Amino acid sequence: MLKSRHLLGIADLEPEEIGLVLDTAEAMKEIAARPIKKVPTLRGRTVVNLFFEPSTRTRTSFEVAEKRLSADTLSIAVAQSSVTKGETLLDTVRNLEAMAPDMIVMRHASSGAPHLLARLCRSVIINAGDGMHEHPTQALLDAFTIREHKKRLDGLKVAIVGDLLHSRVLRSNVHLLNRMGAEVWTCAPATLMPADLAHFGVRPTTSIDEAVEGADVVMMLRIQHERMHGHFIPSTREYYTLFGLTAERVTRAKPDVIIMHPGPMNRGVEIDSDVADGPYSVILEQVANGVAVRMAVLYLLAGQEGEAD
Amino acid sequence: MSAKRLLLKGGRVVDPAAGRDGEFDVLIEDGRVARIGKALPAEGAEVMDVASGWIVTPGLIDLHVHLREPGQEHKETIATGVGSAVAGGFTAVACMPNTDPVNDHPGITELILRRAAAAGLARVYPIGAVSIGSKGEQMAELGAQKAAGCVAFTDDGRPVANALLMRRALEYAGMLGVPIVDHCEDPSLKGDGVAHEGLIAGRLGLRGIPGIAESIMVERDIALAELTGGPYHVCHMSARQSLRAVRAAKARGMTNVTCEVAPHHFVLTDQSLESPIRYDTNVKMNPPLREAADRDAMLEGIADGTVDVIATDHAPHHADEKLVEFDRAPFGIVGLETCVPLVFDRLVRAGRITIGRAIELLSTNPAKVFRLPGGTLAEGGPADITVIAPDAPVVVRAAALKSKSKNTPFDGWQLRGAVAATIVGGRIVYRSDTYEQNR
Repeated sequence: MLKSRHLLGIADLEPEEIGLVLDTAEAMKEIAARPIKKVPTLRGRTVVNLFFEPSTRTRTSFEVAEKRLSADTLSIAVAQSSVTKGETLLDTVRNLEAMAPDMIVMRHASSGAPHLLARLCRSVIINAGDGMHEHPTQALLDAFTIREHKKRLDGLKVAIVGDLLHSRVLRSNVHLLNRMGAEVWTCAPATLMPADLAHFGVRPTTSIDEAVEGADVVMMLRIQHERMHGHFIPSTREYYTLFGLTAERVTRAKPDVIIMHPGPMNRGVEIDSDVADGPYSVILEQVANGVAVRMAVLYLLAGQEGEAD
Repeated sequence: MSAKRLLLKGGRVVDPAAGRDGEFDVLIEDGRVARIGKALPAEGAEVMDVASGWIVTPGLIDLHVHLREPGQEHKETIATGVGSAVAGGFTAVACMPNTDPVNDHPGITELILRRAAAAGLARVYPIGAVSIGSKGEQMAELGAQKAAGCVAFTDDGRPVANALLMRRALEYAGMLGVPIVDHCEDPSLKGDGVAHEGLIAGRLGLRGIPGIAESIMVERDIALAELTGGPYHVCHMSARQSLRAVRAAKARGMTNVTCEVAPHHFVLTDQSLESPIRYDTNVKMNPPLREAADRDAMLEGIADGTVDVIATDHAPHHADEKLVEFDRAPFGIVGLETCVPLVFDRLVRAGRITIGRAIELLSTNPAKVFRLPGGTLAEGGPADITVIAPDAPVVVRAAALKSKSKNTPFDGWQLRGAVAATIVGGRIVYRSDTYEQNR
């Protein structure tokens, strides 16, 4: 079982706990191969998916995972504007809690928002992405996908390339891969690197060729078009020239490299279509594995319900 | 009518401005200091016994306080703010103009002074806005504001971003003999930052504000102060680069540059963002808590004389306003009632400064920088006095603060160094538990 009642971030997980989630996900993945893709594990439990930011992949993935475990689910997409009109996050969640849900899966634009709820609310909180902080289930499904292909995580060279500064996927993946013994290289323009990045326990570089060289895994991060406005990059065209993953650049990696992307992709900006759709790409496997990993997380957290914090 | 007399019997008088440090009695008559001497006779005066080892000092003065009235009375009122001030040992506070409306007009200054007089606790010295609405466009009527009672000018809450306006304000305020106080922060470098740019903000995914967002404007302001000769004071300094700039200015003989540091910037670092409570909005302030090297630079500047003043940047916010996502919470913490314990515990007891230097930072220099009465105990001068029990234990209790707001990161802290009593104009306006327990 997991030590905490909540899943707020990979930073709070021990390596054994990460291993447990991944092992549990393997069993869950088998359910998706059955003709009847449903087990009664969470029957009678209520899970609220509370999304304060638009999300297709993560929200759908959680919903599918919950339904396959027979939970009663409720998905709420809250437009940021209606929140700024009045009700606070805490009031929104306390109102939902009055209807006695068991778990709340939350995506929020503010780093630390799920930590506020975990401190002040009753429900089990699962972080589905908070601001620029963490996206723990994404890192877990990434690790699951890597492990399926490489049979291990330790000793692998993993290159993470893209907008590191604004990325919660980066932060969760760095915590996870460091804990599991991988060697993490990070690559971004100097403008899109967090301060003190070297102290994250990674090898920072501004050369994508150096990052990709001999890599077992290349993980591309989305570059948001609006980044041009904060003086981060001159244009998406220049970004593509300097940092885009092309088939030519992939040849520098190990012959059995896998290419990953958490989505949504900007084809022709951070990644070429012939790479995204090519033989090394595991991008759609990541999506499939997302369901299994989220089933594992839901199952493991539901199991400890009622225990003291 | 017989004169109202109060005799402070015993205790150690520490008054750096007068060069006095020793066991003296202080006799107060009609709100003024009548005599300071050894074993003064009571002669019918009310006697206040000061325990041996306690410190009797010129009243403490806080140059940076947000009283929130008019307009934000749910956070603080002038009455609750001065109640908090005297409980913190402050006999006078200078209040910031970022009220609603902004204090850019004598009518508002007069309202503040009227409410402060009605409260009858600490003295209140309004600081006027440099520009109308603190918008940084058109200079406010500084002359009229000075005549109404303003003692300094600032657009605090924001910087005077326009260099030409800053230049003119320094020239104009120099003519009036009143300092310009700048909240130094380059708006483009600060951006929508909410925490000190560094490893911790990076790890927590919080947008960063680099130290040089502050120092770049301190450097600009010093250049303008050098050009104009106008009196210039740096607000709530937090970055080591800013301290270096002020130190260099003073080293080349500039006497018109002064600066202040808030207790949280010499006690805490950005580590507080992660523990004990992650994303605690009570450690969100502007300028942000910086890294250890900056905290250490502030301690060094306090010890070596570069820092002129300790000011609290008392910034009350309602609990509801702080109980939100970190990046949506307002900046600021209350500071009036935790200042003396933090100064005595972390600076004096830690051996970084003497008691005399502490009083210089909290009373002598604040009076000098804003050209206020007080800051010393002179016969015939106002009897504004703070009595401090330098070794007495204090447990900070947020819920027990006199301020209307309880937004402090020091809740539960155990410190040594307590305010015993506060006397304003010869009247005992505050006696603490420490004082009562010693009677």
